[in-house]
Amino acid sequence: MSYEIPDDLFYTKEHEWARREGDFVVVGISAYAQESLGDIVFIELPKIGEELSQNDTFGVVESVKAVSDLFSPISGKVVETNGTVTETPELINQDPYGEGWLIKLTMGDDSELHNLMNATEYEEYLGQEAKEATEP
Amino acid sequence: MSAGPGRAGLVLAAELIFEKSRPGRHGLSLPALDVPLSSPPKALTRKEDCNLPEVSELCVVRHFTRLSSWNFGIDLGSYPLGSCTMKYNPRVNEAIAQLPGFTNIHPYQPEELSQGALRLIYELEHALSEISGMDRVSLQPAAGAQGELVGVKIIRAFHESKGNPRKKILIPDTAHGTNPASCTLAGYEVVTIKTENGILESHTVAKLMDNDVAALMLTNPNTLGLFETEIKEIAKIVHDKGGLVYCDGANLNAIMGVVKLGELGIDVMHFNLHKTFSTPHGGGGPGAGPVGVKKILAPFLPSPLVEKSNGLYKIYPVGKNSIGRVKGFFGNFLVLVRAYAYIRALGAPGLKRTSQMAVLNANYIKARLKDSYDLPFDEIEKRPCMHETVFTDKKQQQYGVTTLDIAKRLLDKGFHPPTIYFPLVVHGALMIEPTETESKEEIDQLVDSLIEISNEAKENKKLLKEAPHNTIVGRVDEVGAARKPKLRWRP
Repeated sequence: MSYEIPDDLFYTKEHEWARREGDFVVVGISAYAQESLGDIVFIELPKIGEELSQNDTFGVVESVKAVSDLFSPISGKVVETNGTVTETPELINQDPYGEGWLIKLTMGDDSELHNLMNATEYEEYLGQEAKEATEP
Repeated sequence: MSAGPGRAGLVLAAELIFEKSRPGRHGLSLPALDVPLSSPPKALTRKEDCNLPEVSELCVVRHFTRLSSWNFGIDLGSYPLGSCTMKYNPRVNEAIAQLPGFTNIHPYQPEELSQGALRLIYELEHALSEISGMDRVSLQPAAGAQGELVGVKIIRAFHESKGNPRKKILIPDTAHGTNPASCTLAGYEVVTIKTENGILESHTVAKLMDNDVAALMLTNPNTLGLFETEIKEIAKIVHDKGGLVYCDGANLNAIMGVVKLGELGIDVMHFNLHKTFSTPHGGGGPGAGPVGVKKILAPFLPSPLVEKSNGLYKIYPVGKNSIGRVKGFFGNFLVLVRAYAYIRALGAPGLKRTSQMAVLNANYIKARLKDSYDLPFDEIEKRPCMHETVFTDKKQQQYGVTTLDIAKRLLDKGFHPPTIYFPLVVHGALMIEPTETESKEEIDQLVDSLIEISNEAKENKKLLKEAPHNTIVGRVDEVGAARKPKLRWRP
């Protein structure tokens, strides 16, 4: 199965994406993540003003199958959260890279972004992960 | 004809009991008033009618009997819900738990008039110590998750007594799902250890272990049904840095009489008496989650415990280091009675045989199903499993059929589905735990039904996508129920 992996984003091993927007970074979960989770029914996001370090958990996503933590791709302060997805979490399934974005952070150390995977690396990683999970 | 016992048959509908209500109808007749009528003060009366259903006795009997016929329980058929140990609970344990000497006892009765109950508590503690290799056991916690919290609080109290509670607890991704929550509630940061191939490796633990780690919390056998073979080395690594090792005993049904967790370097553990030691469960309780500890942790156990001196059983407080009381009196005492009766009836050889049969049954299922269903890791393929085994829906996905469809279709065949989508480390997991109480014939029916389903996936996908067909309620809208729940009935 192939998943949409936009070129202009950075990706974590936990399947979050990060998009640089000037001094800010917008964060969401990848198409692969929403597909694996299945129908998302609940999302918990941090309070505005919360300081996150890279890899901190910043929220929880719950689908009919499972509950998973959300991990911050970079360090920064939460300046905005997507109030619409908490009301209508299906947006994350429908449009994970657009309307289904989760939080916006201040950009601190931009070297952190470059520690993440780019689209090509993430695609390779997905290939590998899918293989690991299904090898007999 | 289906391989399983499931058949479509006549099922009777039941409306809500409120909808059956008719004004003035009732289930009992009160005698005529023979004292002066007295009304309660106005301030204490309701402002609106409480709308209790007005129904006859027969209506109530039929209503609940019909509802019960929609249900599926172990008394109807196999219930291979992985990680839950849905074994048959012998009726004799129920009879014993209903003896008036147990049901009419009052917890404030003096010790000298409660000797039988205290003896049971004392002997059950010692039986659990013997089974687990732990030195002391508190029977107070009321469930597995409470046992976990108590265990982690004991770990915290131990480290605090040494001046530093430490910060983190390491939990492999193959541990039980409740473990991280228990640690978080006890104020620890959880560090998840990613396992390779389903087994926790000592070098991975060595890399993560430092002086900030209060404990490693694992489940053995783990949730993939694999025995953690490096556990002794792992425990040594943790101990060398001053940490403790917690084992979730939810999978104890696999190892009774074969391995003592205490001898593997485990410092604290909990038992799920309602899983392993025969109490009906799955309806939300009551359960019992006793916590066992090594000697160094005994001063921190919940208070009180029972001791024996001069032939008398006495309740005694644990002391100033105890984490305190975690449940009223001695926890869910009648669950303890069932566990005691079960252990005494089977004895040591019987408990060992129980685990051996549970493991044999799971391996039989694994062997018979491995051509039809995918096994997720090399280690699962290569090694014998313990009391449960995990498959995936990989072979069925090519036909557009997923784990959920397989589980729903199994209902039509007359079985409770296995645990699905857990553990999280396996995509589309189907986790099957037959327990020791299923006969080979029952297991063959279950396996044949699952093979039938894998064939249906190829030939008749629609049949699976729309399953279940034989139950009174078909495929429910789980997403709708989670997103827009209706939490109360309104007229």
